[in-house]
Formats: sequence, C-alpha cells, structure tokens
Amino acid sequence: MDNCKIEISALRKSFGALAVLRDINLKVEAGSVVALIGPSGSGKSTLLRCINLLVLPEGGRIRVGDDAFSFDGNAKLSSTREQARFRSNTGMVFQHFNLFPHMTVVQNVMEGPLSVKRMPKAKAEAVARKLLDKVGLSDKGDVYPNKLSGGQKQRVAIARALAMEPAVMLFDEVTSALDPELVGEVLNVIRDLAADGMTMIIVTHEIGFAREVADRVLFMRDGVIVEEGPAREVIDHPKEETTRVFLSHFHNRG
Amino acid sequence: MISYTWHFEVIWQYSRLFLAGTGVTIGLTIAVVILGLLIGLVAGLMQLARSPVLRWVSWAYIEMFRLTPLLVLLLWFYYALPMLTGIKIDALSASVITLSLYGGSFYAEVIRGGIVSIESGQTEAGLALGMTPARVMRRIVLPQAIKRMIPPLMNQSIIQFKNTSLVSVLAVPDLLYQGQVVAMDTYRALEVYTAIAAIYFVVLLPLTVIVKMAERRLAQSN
Repeated sequence: MDNCKIEISALRKSFGALAVLRDINLKVEAGSVVALIGPSGSGKSTLLRCINLLVLPEGGRIRVGDDAFSFDGNAKLSSTREQARFRSNTGMVFQHFNLFPHMTVVQNVMEGPLSVKRMPKAKAEAVARKLLDKVGLSDKGDVYPNKLSGGQKQRVAIARALAMEPAVMLFDEVTSALDPELVGEVLNVIRDLAADGMTMIIVTHEIGFAREVADRVLFMRDGVIVEEGPAREVIDHPKEETTRVFLSHFHNRG
Repeated sequence: MISYTWHFEVIWQYSRLFLAGTGVTIGLTIAVVILGLLIGLVAGLMQLARSPVLRWVSWAYIEMFRLTPLLVLLLWFYYALPMLTGIKIDALSASVITLSLYGGSFYAEVIRGGIVSIESGQTEAGLALGMTPARVMRRIVLPQAIKRMIPPLMNQSIIQFKNTSLVSVLAVPDLLYQGQVVAMDTYRALEVYTAIAAIYFVVLLPLTVIVKMAERRLAQSN
C-alpha cells in the first residue's frame, strides 16, 4: 500500500476515564475521499483532530504523506515546532469556520502562506485571490468575515486551508452550523475538490452527500470503526445492525 | 470658614513648582504604565503557560502585590529592601519599581482575562495552518484580545496616575509633594490642596472620555 496518503494504526485516545478512540486503524489512498459517519460522541471528530495533532493521541501511529508521528503513553512528544510542521501538511476546516475576524477575507487566506511558508506578500496575495476565485468569492476579498453568510464563511475557510497546499484535507462537520439553503454551495466546493483528486476525510451528517462523493464510508460508534467499505455498499446495504439503526434515521433524507 | 478669603494668587506665585510637580507626576505615570504593562504581559502570559512552576510564580507575584497596600509596598521597597539586600536605591527608583510591580499585577489579570476570552477555535485554526503556538498568540490571539483589553487597561492606568501621589511620602518631588512644600511655605493649605485636586481632575478628565469612547466603539464592533 505505497499509495496511501494517510495511514493510522492502533490509535488510542481517552479523555479521563472515557476511551474515545480504541485501536483505530485506517488507510486512505491518495486521491480518495473517506467519509466518517456515526452518532455524536462516537469519536469521529476526535479521530479527525488526532490526524492533525489538535488532539494528541495516547498510543499508535499516524502517517500523513511522508511525515509520521508515533505516540506512546509517557514519552514526551516532539517539540511544538515539529508539530506545527506536521500540521502544515494537512488542511482542516471546522464546523464553526473559525475565520480570523480581525483580517479581511484575502488576509485570512494569505495568513498561512505568509506566516508559515514565509511567502512574499505579493505572491501570497496572488495565491489567495486565485483560491477565492476557485471557491466563487473573488469579489469578497476585501471585506471582513462578519459581512459574509455562513456558506461564504465556510468557503473562505476552505480556501484558507487550501492555501497551504496540504497533502490532505480534513473536514469536521463543515455544514452542521449552516442554514439548510447554504449547505449546497459548500458541498459543491468539496465536490470540486474531490474531482480534482484531493485526498480527503470528511466527518459529516450529510449521508446523501457521503454516498455520492466518498469512495469509502466508515461508520464509527463508541470509539471503534464498526463497519467500513465502499460508500454505496455501506450506506445502501449495511452489514452491521448498529449501522442499520443509525442510517434508518436518515432514510427520508438520503 | 464663612469669612474665609480665598487667595488663589499664591498658586500663581508658585506656578513653577506646580508645573514641575505635574511634570514629575505625568512622567512617573508614563514610566510605570509602560513598565507595568510589560511586567503584566509577562505575568499574564505566564498564567497561561503549560509549566505549573511558571503559573505558580506568576500567581504568587500577582497576589502578593494585589493584596498589599501600595503605601506599605513603597515604604518596604525604599526602607526595608536595602536593609535586606545591602543595595541602597534612591526614592525615585524605589517608586518606579514599586508602582510598576503593583500596576503590573493588576494589568496581568486584565491581560490574562483578555486572552482567555478569545474563542479556542481561533487558536485551533492558527495551529491547523501550521503556525507555532507563539506565532498564533502574536498573529491571531493578541491582536483580537488587545482590542478587548484596552478599556480596562486604560482604567487601570488612570488609577495608576492617581496612585503616583503616594510617592510624596518618599520625598519624590511630584505634584502632591510640591504642593505640600507650598502649603507649608504659605499656610494656604485650602487653596493649594484644592488646586492639586483640580489638576489631577483636569488631566484625567479627557482620558476618561477616551475610555468611554473606546468602550462604545468596542460594543459596536462586537
């Protein structure tokens, strides 16, 4: 499996006495899209946040591209500088956008290249404007985020993550905080990225979208991957009872 | 009292002393505000450090100065500290050190509070881009936090301006000390102390108006 962009083995994490992730193993091939579904509290967001070290696992191993991190119980983790370098290789989009309110839209997108890659300002701005064009917001570059709708904010957040040219993109329930009529514009951008061959992991409650865009679907519950397989197979013909029960809540929406 | 004749002209006769005193008071305030802010920033950031030792040291400093009367601290730094260390410091240095440390302990709480008021999602977004925690603090968190800190920091600085009057007990020639000299010279305590109160008031009035305006602007931008 040389073709894997993300490889996770024996990953463990608990918050106090609560085991949130128990022995997670996962491989994501280059250019493929994996959707993580499951009830809230199943550990899917924690898994996603472990992949870019926003949450530090207690055991196991994570590889993204050529960069690998091993974790074991008590060993002091690598320096914050190394963690930062590791994170710069993954793009993350959050449920609540987390745009920087003191910067204009284009400055938000430029921030990564400027401050992490030390790119000259003019070049960073050119990169940012191009990405804003890609997400359909070329006319919003010079406004502040508070002037945007939720869907526009989330598209800026995607552009901001893309500006670092990450090896993989991680989406953490990126449409959950949006009004229903704004979900489509964000999903369209993600759909375009999938078509471009971006490697992605998407935590989502949009089962229909997962079925359409993802190559594979993972169903998580209580910190373990209960079922995984090709998207249509898992969603249309789940093998496990828990998967079936979970998906039955969505049938009228599929 | 009823038949008292005011003689404010003595203020004019001694106007050079009042002017010099006001200059010392303002200069001292500027020095202790700047130094206090630097100390407060360090202590405030230490409060948020991962190391428990750093947190404990800054906590001990902050509480020690917040919970001790400033007058006691001034006397301690001027009279007691030299006995302890054998290093003699002049009254002005003792005043600057004490007031800066005292102010810094209050600034530290304001700065810590401002920083923790910024949503954790901002830090996460910065980290996710690959920024180091120090850079996230400088580029993302502090610029937003400072906006929220400005009104309480200015209020604290106004209090510091008034606090400087206590250095007169160490014979630092500030406004109050010069006033005491004039009062003793002329036996015109009523005019002199009224004038001194008025000078403090007049200097601070525009500052409080600026704070009010800053608070209003902040409320709007939120």
